[in-house]
Amino acid sequence: MNVASRFRTLPETGDRVQFTLDGAPASAPAGVTVAAALLAHSGAWTRQTVKGAGRTAYCMMGVCFDCLVEVDGTPNTQACMTLLREGMTVRRQTGLRDLNGGHCG
Amino acid sequence: MQQRTQEITIIGGGLVGLSVALGLLMAGQRVRVLDGADSDARASQGNFGLIWGQGKGWDFAPYANWTMDALTAWPAFAQQLRDLSGIDVALDQPGGYEFFTDPTEFDAFKAELAQQAIHLGKRARYEMLSGDDLRSQMQGIGPDVVGASFSLYEGHVNPLRFLRALRCSVQTMGGHVRLGATVSAIRPQPKGGYALVLADGETLHTEQVVLCAGLGAATLARDLGFNTQVRPQLGELLITEKLGDRLPFLSSTIRQVDEGGVQIGGTKANAGLNDHETLPIMSKLAHHAVTVFPALADVRVVRAWGALRVMSPDGYPVYAKSSMHPGAFLVTCHSGVTLAPLHTSVLAEWILNTSATPELEAFDECRFALSHAA
Repeated sequence: MNVASRFRTLPETGDRVQFTLDGAPASAPAGVTVAAALLAHSGAWTRQTVKGAGRTAYCMMGVCFDCLVEVDGTPNTQACMTLLREGMTVRRQTGLRDLNGGHCG
Repeated sequence: MQQRTQEITIIGGGLVGLSVALGLLMAGQRVRVLDGADSDARASQGNFGLIWGQGKGWDFAPYANWTMDALTAWPAFAQQLRDLSGIDVALDQPGGYEFFTDPTEFDAFKAELAQQAIHLGKRARYEMLSGDDLRSQMQGIGPDVVGASFSLYEGHVNPLRFLRALRCSVQTMGGHVRLGATVSAIRPQPKGGYALVLADGETLHTEQVVLCAGLGAATLARDLGFNTQVRPQLGELLITEKLGDRLPFLSSTIRQVDEGGVQIGGTKANAGLNDHETLPIMSKLAHHAVTVFPALADVRVVRAWGALRVMSPDGYPVYAKSSMHPGAFLVTCHSGVTLAPLHTSVLAEWILNTSATPELEAFDECRFALSHAA
């Protein structure tokens, strides 16, 4: 866990899950959502709007769409609605997704 | 002292009412717009943003020409809105396609366009493309598309920004738009003018009244002696997540908004005033989109809704002056986007009787008289 995050996780009791964020190794407690993992990791922006403004998870209940990231190659995935799994590849998202599944930036 | 011009009240603050209001304001009139409740059936908030002419009026020449007039008036109109409101409605007129997967429907539409072209004469600009022609011209069209028509004049705008631009333009021109003012009855007064009874009991007085209330016009039209009966037609649509790249086409059923999201729609159903979306139709729309352009299969749908079109008995606009009550007008149509440039210009002249508008005579409601008498 990145100690710089403004967010604290609940007391950890069990296993941790390994994933990568933009290619760098990271980990989070088992059973959390991708959004919770990203907030605990650094709390920094995880997507940029079309105009370049930084955003990250906000509502944590599938409504605000500010937590969109690329998960295992699928862009625009709602991180707060996705459980973190071992070995997941998470990428921060810049701008809109493309038709071919990638995203610009 | 300068005499004040008579006030005109527009009942209905949707695309049609605001367009008419803007036209009258630009002609120097004093105008008040009464807009109903949020929960009303608001076609203007569910629309597809198309500026479209293909097939329209194939069996009614005045409508074919009226629509063509509107298509060619859009560029100047969009600029006018921008000047008045500061809002760019994102007008784009790249020409548009109708895609077909059924050869019989394709042939039937081809016949309609040929008939429409006779009405339009030299102004007709369209072509019919076979599925293979289409696939050789444009990448990504699915193998099950049997053909398409293409017309040079079609375009689209951002639908909600257009509604906002109209309202802001009306306010810039000094029009007063009153929200939450549902008119429940209109009472023609013995000495001229009209008393408008609002749902909350308040009564407003006006010299002239233009009824642009969409589906809300049903009972109010009778108060003014009009016999036109409008009916709701349900259309459903899907909205996808926003895409960074652009679709290579505009069609009447699949269009990409300037902000990147794709609208998929165009269904027609009679469901009364029920505007709920339905799973079978949503599934049919998604299937159609993927058949036409298979790359959409991977794109998420993020919203779906139904909205009610405003249909006259024959589907064409109605522009009627009350014969019983001078100064009372009925304006209704289901193409409030496409026809807006004319509703802000020619229609204002017709209401004010400031110039001859022979092209509007065909849209009087007297064309329904026989069927009602039967």
